[in-house]
Amino acid sequence: MPHDHHDHTGLSPSGHPYRADNDAPLTYWQRMEIAVRELMIEKGHLSAAEVAAQIDAMDARSPANGAAVVARAWSDPAFKARLLENASDACREMGFDIGTLHLIAVENTPETHNMIVCTLCSCYPRNLLGLPPDWYKTREYRSRAVREPRAVLREFGVDLPPATTIRVHDSTADMRYIVLPARPAGTGQMDEDALAALVTRDSMIGTGLPRTP
Amino acid sequence: MAERVRVKTMMPPGHVRTPAYLRGKTGTIERPLGPFANPEQLAYGLPADKQPLYRVRFSMAELWGEAAECPTDTLDAEIYGHWLEKV
Amino acid sequence: MSDTDGRRWHDMGGQDAGPVCADDHDFALWEKRVDALMVLCGAKGFFTVDGLRRALEDMGEDAFDKMSYYERWIAAINQNLIESGAYSLAELGTRMEEIAARGPTYAEAQERKHG
Repeated sequence: MPHDHHDHTGLSPSGHPYRADNDAPLTYWQRMEIAVRELMIEKGHLSAAEVAAQIDAMDARSPANGAAVVARAWSDPAFKARLLENASDACREMGFDIGTLHLIAVENTPETHNMIVCTLCSCYPRNLLGLPPDWYKTREYRSRAVREPRAVLREFGVDLPPATTIRVHDSTADMRYIVLPARPAGTGQMDEDALAALVTRDSMIGTGLPRTP
Repeated sequence: MAERVRVKTMMPPGHVRTPAYLRGKTGTIERPLGPFANPEQLAYGLPADKQPLYRVRFSMAELWGEAAECPTDTLDAEIYGHWLEKV
Repeated sequence: MSDTDGRRWHDMGGQDAGPVCADDHDFALWEKRVDALMVLCGAKGFFTVDGLRRALEDMGEDAFDKMSYYERWIAAINQNLIESGAYSLAELGTRMEEIAARGPTYAEAQERKHG
């Protein structure tokens, strides 16, 4: 669960709660961030507006983007075929600004469940889904997902039968991955917006399943 | 019949994108991904050659032997051509 | 005397580890700025993502265990910018001291005061 950092009492002069990260003692690494940013701006390599725009662009990316892609694929077989053929182009076709992302979509079926990890660092389709969850970057997930995916999935509450083949994808190089979950039963009458609301972030990483209506 | 390849066993120091747990393991090429700049040169600020990149599929039995949770489950990883040898 | 099989600390796949903790948190402004610096400086050709990864890997396991994700990233970004000649270590050091004098919190130190 996301949690906030409003563990200080009192409000700022503007009436908002202080963010702990902004009024806790300044750290060496925070000073480095400020210094690097200022030096790069003063030397003309960057502008403050570019930094602000990049933060806005990243904030605008979220699992909702991926959920819309999944819902379209569930609703439109021709789109699904294009997604599986070239997921980057399919996302761009829907209007998402994914930059240079090379995306591969892997499809869950009754026989197959896919799961994504990056054992060497924390590669993630950030230009579509936003920044990865903390657990995706941990030693525990990175170490174990490739050797005992079923045990890891059980920790996420997903218990798959032995007959289901698990395909783990280690994002070792230039590709990023999104799982196309299987469409839940009982959703035959639902439109794309309603379907998208069933698609969780974890279902697109493969550590979860979509909600059921 | 998919092409069978083995990941080289070499263990040089420095920045490489071939995980240790795949070294010496045999898999099949799932799909070629095209040429990509060699990260082993990019990492050091050097001009980078293009290397063919492949998605290689391994069985969990091949990777973990008797310890595999389910031997027929699979692991796919992207491996650059200079790390692969034909079997 | 020491020996090794050559596997490096960041190369974690298949190692023993404990249960996955599914915690998650939102990012602070300074962390978002580190992320933005990474994307923008990379796009402008100051470094590659592999150059950043190389610096992160060379920091060692101790850094992974003790520093937060974006602490490691700003250290890697700085390492690569120094190597690219974007600014000097003296410029960085001088500026970091100036920033410390602005105030004791990130909120007070994050922008240069004018006038």
